[in-house]
Amino acid sequence: MRFFRDYLIPRLIQYIVVIFCGITAVFFIPRMTGQDPVLEIIAQIQSQGSQLDPTAVKSLMVTLKELYGLEGTLFEQYINMWKRVFTLDFGPSFFQFPTPVADLLRTYLPWTIGLFVTSTLLAWALGNILGGIAGYFSHKNWSKILDAIIMVIRPVPHYIFGVLVLILFAFVWQLFPAGGMMLGRRMVVNFKFILTILRYSFLPALTLVILGGASWFQQMKLLVQNVKREDFVQYAQTGGVKEKLIISRYVLRNAMLPQITQLALALGQVFSGVLIVEMVFSYPGVGLLLYRGVTRGDYNLVMGITILSILTITTSVLILDLFYPLFDPRIRHR
Amino acid sequence: MGILKDLFKDYRFAVGFILLCLLFFLVIASFFSPYDLIKWLQVPRDKAPSRSHLLGTNSKGQDVFWEATFAIRNSLIIALISGFISRIIAILVGFVAGYKGGITDRILMGISDGLLVIPLFLVLVLVAMLLREALTLVNTGLLLAFFGWAWDARTIRSQVLSLREREFTQTSLLSGNGTLSLVIKEYFPLTIPLIFSTLINNIAWAIGMEIVLAILGLVRLDIPTLGTTLQWAITYQSMLLGHWWWILTPVVLTIVLLVALYGFSVSVSEYLDPRMRIQRIGAK
Repeated sequence: MRFFRDYLIPRLIQYIVVIFCGITAVFFIPRMTGQDPVLEIIAQIQSQGSQLDPTAVKSLMVTLKELYGLEGTLFEQYINMWKRVFTLDFGPSFFQFPTPVADLLRTYLPWTIGLFVTSTLLAWALGNILGGIAGYFSHKNWSKILDAIIMVIRPVPHYIFGVLVLILFAFVWQLFPAGGMMLGRRMVVNFKFILTILRYSFLPALTLVILGGASWFQQMKLLVQNVKREDFVQYAQTGGVKEKLIISRYVLRNAMLPQITQLALALGQVFSGVLIVEMVFSYPGVGLLLYRGVTRGDYNLVMGITILSILTITTSVLILDLFYPLFDPRIRHR
Repeated sequence: MGILKDLFKDYRFAVGFILLCLLFFLVIASFFSPYDLIKWLQVPRDKAPSRSHLLGTNSKGQDVFWEATFAIRNSLIIALISGFISRIIAILVGFVAGYKGGITDRILMGISDGLLVIPLFLVLVLVAMLLREALTLVNTGLLLAFFGWAWDARTIRSQVLSLREREFTQTSLLSGNGTLSLVIKEYFPLTIPLIFSTLINNIAWAIGMEIVLAILGLVRLDIPTLGTTLQWAITYQSMLLGHWWWILTPVVLTIVLLVALYGFSVSVSEYLDPRMRIQRIGAK
C-alpha cells in the first residue's frame, strides 16, 4: 500500500500536471506570435490565384474560425481546446478535406509508435551495453577506436544522417527502397507483409538506432568509468569474482539506473528525432503526415499532431516510471 | 602558448581546430564571391565538378562552392544568435533557480520542465508556420534561442546547487561578500566549462533544427543556409538525377562543422575541468 501512496499517486499527479502545462503552452505559444492562421490560409488561397469576393472571404473566415476552434474569447477558445483534447477530435484536416485529423492520426500513429518503441529500446540497450563494456575496458585500443568513431557520429543531426544513409543504401548500393511504402486498405498479416514492413522500416530504424545508440554509448562509457573506480568493484576484483560477473552485475547494473532516468528525460527529443527521420524516408508515420500538413499549411493537423505527441511522450514517461521499481530495488523495498 | 600546446596534444582538439579554421576560411571567402549569391542563373546549370567550378553547379544556375560558403556563413549566424541568446536565458534561469531555491526555483524549473516535455521540434514548427515569411536569419536565430534554453538551464542549476553546498560558499558569505559578487566571482568561473559545452551543444542543435525547418519550407528559402541548400537540392530531385555534388555538399559540410565543433568542445571542456586534466596526465 505504501508503494501506491509514496510512488504511484505522486507519479500520476505529475503526469496530469505535465499534460496540463504542455497543452496549455501549446495553446498560448502560437497565440503569442500575433499571427492569425485563418488569414494565413486565405492569403495562401489568394496567392494560388483564385479570386475571392469579399463576402466569400467573410464566410470563409467564419467557417475557418469554427473549424480551427478560434471563435469566441480567449477563455472560450481555451475551454474549447480542452474539449477537443478529451474527445480527441481536432476538426477536419485541411489538406485531405474533410477527413478528420483524428482519422488521419489513427492511421499513421501506430507506425510511428512501432518505430519509436523498437528503435528507442534497441538504441538504448545496444548503446548502454557497448558503452558499458567500452567503459570498463577504456584502456584497450579497440575501445579507443570505437570511441573515436562514436565521436564522429554523435553530433550529426537526424536529418543529415538520414539523408546520408538514404544516399548510401538506397541510391549507391540499391539494397533498400528509398521510401514510399503504401498503407494497404486492409492489413493482411502474413509473412510477405511482415517482410515488406521490415524492408521499408529498416533504414529509418538503422538511422535512429545508430544515432541514439551513439549518445547512450558516450553517457554510459563515462558512467562506467566512474563506477569502475568505486570501492565495491575493487573489492569484488580483489575477492576474485569473475570479470564477466563484475561487468554485468556490479558495474552495468549500477550504471544503468541513471540511464533509465535519462531515457525518461530524453524521450521528447527522441520522439522529435523519429518524426524527422520519418520525413527523410517517407515512412508512413506521423512525421510524414506532419511534413504534408506543414507544406500545405494545415494548422489543425499540426496542432493535432503536437497534442497527440505530448500525450504519447508523457504516457511513455509514465510507463517507464512505473517500471522503474523493477530495476531499482531501493524503491521496491521502501 | 603553453595552453595551446597542451590542447594540441589531444587529437580531438587538433582535428576540430584545423577543420574549424578551414570552415572559417570558407566563411571569409563568401565575401569575395564573383556574383550575388542570392541570384539565380549566374552560371551554366547542372555541371559536374570541374576546374572552373570546383564543386560543380546546381539546377538553379549557381556555383555550388560559392553557395556553400554563403550557406555556412548564414547557418553560423543563426546558430550563434541562438547559442548566445539562449545561453543568457539559461545562465540567468539556472543561477537564479539554483541560488534562490524555494518557490522561485520551482516556478522556473516548472517552466523549463514544461518546455522539455513538449516535443520542442513540433512547437517550433507550429510557431514557424505562423511566422513563415518573417523568418530571416536573425529571426530564425531568435526563435531557436527562445526555445533552446530549458535543458541547459537545468544543467547549470544543478551545478549551482552543488556549488552552494560547498564550504567556500559559507566562507565567502561569512567574510562579508555579497551574494552577487559571490555568484559572479566564485560560481561563474567554475561553471564556465559547463556553459561552454552547453553552448556548443546548442549550436549543434540549432544547426540541425534550422535544417529541418528549411526542409519543411518554414524559413526564407531564398537565403542560402545549410538547410535551404539541402532543401533546394531535394526539391530538384538531385538524388534521383545523380547530382551528387549538389546534395552531398551541405550534408558533408554540416557533418564536418558539427564534428569539428564537438571535438573542439569536448577537449576544451575536459581541459578546463581540473579533475579530467589530472586523468589526462595519467594519474589515477
